[in-house]
Amino acid sequence: MTQLLQAITSGLGQGAAYALIAVGFVIIYKATSVISFAQPALMAAGATAVALLTGQAGLGFYTAVVVAVVGAALLGAGVERTVLRPMVGKPVFILAIITLGLDVVIRNVTNRFIGFNVRPMNDPWGLDRTTLLGITIQHRHLAALVTTAVLLAALYAFFQYSRTGLAMRAAAIDQEASQAQGVNVGTVFGLSWAFAAALAAIAGVFIGAGSTVDQQTWVVGLKALPAIILGGLDSVVGAVVGGLAVGVVEALFATYQGTYMPWLGSNFSIVAPYVLMLMVLLVRPYGLFGTPEVQRV
Amino acid sequence: MLAVENLEVVYDDVVLVLRGVSLEVPRGAIVALLGSNGAGKTTLLRALSGLLDIHEGEVTKGTISLDGVDVTHRSPAQLVGLGIKQVLEGRRIFAEFTVEENLRIGAHAAKTAPKESMARVFDLFPTLADRRRATAGYLSGGEQQMLAMGRGLMSDPSYLLLDEPSLGLAPRLVEQIGELIVEINRQQTTVLLVEQNANLALSIAEHGYIMETGKVVMDKPTTALLEDEDVREFYLGMAHEGETKRSFRDVKHYKRRKRWLS
Repeated sequence: MTQLLQAITSGLGQGAAYALIAVGFVIIYKATSVISFAQPALMAAGATAVALLTGQAGLGFYTAVVVAVVGAALLGAGVERTVLRPMVGKPVFILAIITLGLDVVIRNVTNRFIGFNVRPMNDPWGLDRTTLLGITIQHRHLAALVTTAVLLAALYAFFQYSRTGLAMRAAAIDQEASQAQGVNVGTVFGLSWAFAAALAAIAGVFIGAGSTVDQQTWVVGLKALPAIILGGLDSVVGAVVGGLAVGVVEALFATYQGTYMPWLGSNFSIVAPYVLMLMVLLVRPYGLFGTPEVQRV
Repeated sequence: MLAVENLEVVYDDVVLVLRGVSLEVPRGAIVALLGSNGAGKTTLLRALSGLLDIHEGEVTKGTISLDGVDVTHRSPAQLVGLGIKQVLEGRRIFAEFTVEENLRIGAHAAKTAPKESMARVFDLFPTLADRRRATAGYLSGGEQQMLAMGRGLMSDPSYLLLDEPSLGLAPRLVEQIGELIVEINRQQTTVLLVEQNANLALSIAEHGYIMETGKVVMDKPTTALLEDEDVREFYLGMAHEGETKRSFRDVKHYKRRKRWLS
């Protein structure tokens, strides 16, 4: 029992980071109908920036995080303005492929900065842990969960009550009608990219926390893909649930699969989220919380 | 005064939709713009509110000026800021939003707090006040049209461009919408009214324009338009005096050459 709860808590901690990346995907998708494949690269870039700023530049950890997040947001908005804005109105497939290209470029530049070393994150949590009712919780997982909860509450309030948040929601529903109200749709696109990039950078911090950043860190960001697809591409709630589910399933497989299903081979936990995604898609092709698409074939 | 001079609009670089349209909307007036489908009425409104871009349209010639200042190639956001607001055809409310959220987004470009304008809108459309927390998509057609107009008024525009507000409404509601337009105009908002329902438009407007295939073919005060034989026949569906019933064949448009085309 303890082992099960243990697996679930560490899964939730890891899943919180996936959820942050996934929410970024959803924000961009809702505003522009494009799935941005650049999220994993932005996540890795954020993590690398923090690692380098704390290690090489000697900044404090929290200062480094703020600098990295602001930098990522500016990078996201800049990329949208220069690369994607001229393509507005083109088929979304083309835009998605452009984001794939962006992903490759950002990753390569980031890898140049990482080099062949592994870079320590220098975060304050490390592998510290607290035991609560017999369950050991790692501090970095606790921090990830709390941060995710706070950020989501802030995002909810922003989209619900603020003028800009309302404009972003309106632009996601009907671009022309929101333009007629004086909403600058270009600004909305830029903002959604900035938000997504900032969330990805924060996720990167938690993925690197207690561990190191290397050239393969971005691969972890791909876990957000099964998360958004099983949650539903256009649902923030779905992204969060999906992210947490991916984390938990991964942790459960890592804990039990070796004992109960050894014939699946080692490291099956990496594949498990994708299997979960396939199973959800068989039952609900639009994801758990997505809007069913009404389309005549 | 909102003035359009020799405006030409091209869609997709090839389709010439407006072919030298000139029009004047003096401050404080209600001006009606009539015409059959495809005449270019909506395109003209889009040019005025800057919404051509999203439809791959472009002003290739001519100018639009607001009180003498050229505003031809401004963005929609700038034009809303200058006080020109279009209420789109087919209502286009944000269906997932509540009534109140729809009104709040209408005030996006407003400099003042949305509270006062919201009070004014609720004063004009009391049904909206009753349903302020309701999801907009579940309102009836008439209520949705009122919401669309209320949303337009939230930024306190000086020029309100209404695109077919009577579309798909029952006759009694059409009458009510007409009264509301007069009331909106009385509160210092200039109205440019695009309509298929010529009866409604000519009954409340002071001046009317008739467009056909991208051109203004008639431009007269409504009293003169109402007396014009062609307008009576083609837009109001009234026969000549003395003639009682005519067969459908006689009213078919192509049977009878319209005098203004010669």
